Amino acid sequence: MTKITLDRRELLAPLFPDKDNWLFVSGLAGSSKDAAGLTNDGPNLFTMAGCMGSAVATGLGMALSAPEKQVAVITGDGELQMGLGSLNTVATQAPANLTIVCIDNGTHGETGGQEGHTAQRTNLGMIAQGSGIPSVKEITSADQIADAHDFIRNQPGPRFLWCRVLPGDPTAFKRNLNPAECRIAFRNAYLGR
Amino acid sequence: MSKHPHDEWSQVLFRQFKDAGVDLFTYIPDAGNARLAELAEEDNETRLVLLTTEEEGVAMAAGADLVGKKSVLMMQSSGVGNCPNYLSFSKGGNFPCLMMVSMRGDYGEQNPWQYPMGQAVDKILEAMGVMVFRVDRRDELEAAATAAINAAFRNNQGAALILTQKFLGAKAF
Repeated sequence: MTKITLDRRELLAPLFPDKDNWLFVSGLAGSSKDAAGLTNDGPNLFTMAGCMGSAVATGLGMALSAPEKQVAVITGDGELQMGLGSLNTVATQAPANLTIVCIDNGTHGETGGQEGHTAQRTNLGMIAQGSGIPSVKEITSADQIADAHDFIRNQPGPRFLWCRVLPGDPTAFKRNLNPAECRIAFRNAYLGR
Repeated sequence: MSKHPHDEWSQVLFRQFKDAGVDLFTYIPDAGNARLAELAEEDNETRLVLLTTEEEGVAMAAGADLVGKKSVLMMQSSGVGNCPNYLSFSKGGNFPCLMMVSMRGDYGEQNPWQYPMGQAVDKILEAMGVMVFRVDRRDELEAAATAAINAAFRNNQGAALILTQKFLGAKAF
């Protein structure tokens, strides 16, 4: 088995040094805390704290509707698995501007660290490949982040970056949990209002 | 090409959606949305997206709305049962969510599996704050569609255009 040494709190900053050029959607719980830490909960990020399973589909709707922008979905293994079919929908639509970053800690971190399927036998990289996502990459250590950085810029989209991380706390960040306020902030920033 | 049984009203509805600025049509195939889906696929200015499950379309509508675009989610009534949690987008976040629901299990249904969900459609939608606009007859279509479009995009909420089996006709088994 591959030894996992990657700390999720050290992942997103070197992956997205150009964070202001991206639009981000993040799935509930730890992934949204990490993403909010990256952007300082900025208006180019829409975080969720519910609707588990919806992050990839939300990012797909955004990527198809803003083809001039690079869109990244940041989500966890549990959230992703609740909406796995969306990977098929992404593959069929094939938006070149969509990147999915799955932060896979193999546990349900928000609810007490209960072990998840990916800590057992489930291989999300093979699932993404089988869905028909053209570019799939797995990383398990910090020294692979530079390659991952290049992967999400140079490989044909849509892309799936499977980041297997240590179980452990996400970035400590208190973000705005009000979806109506977050919607207005994101729209105003994107639409220049 | 032989004329599709739902061609006439589907053309009208497609035009109404398009005039309202809808350019993303998401769907799970059903006899009631088959012609509309074809029209969305054929038109150069609209995109048809096949989903794997209906609630994906609720999330896609939210993602499109975040960058100022409009979508409509087309499904059979059984799919309404897959959507409630994701309707938190519209009820809690003021995201527009325009839906077109072709009914089963309401009037003349011959498949008993369709009745439980068909009879729960209105209650589920209402529980999640989705306004319901029912079409029983052809002469109700345009006004109901306009009302649903206005509720969704002027008031930023869930709005469902319900095409009943009185309107669509019941499938024979």
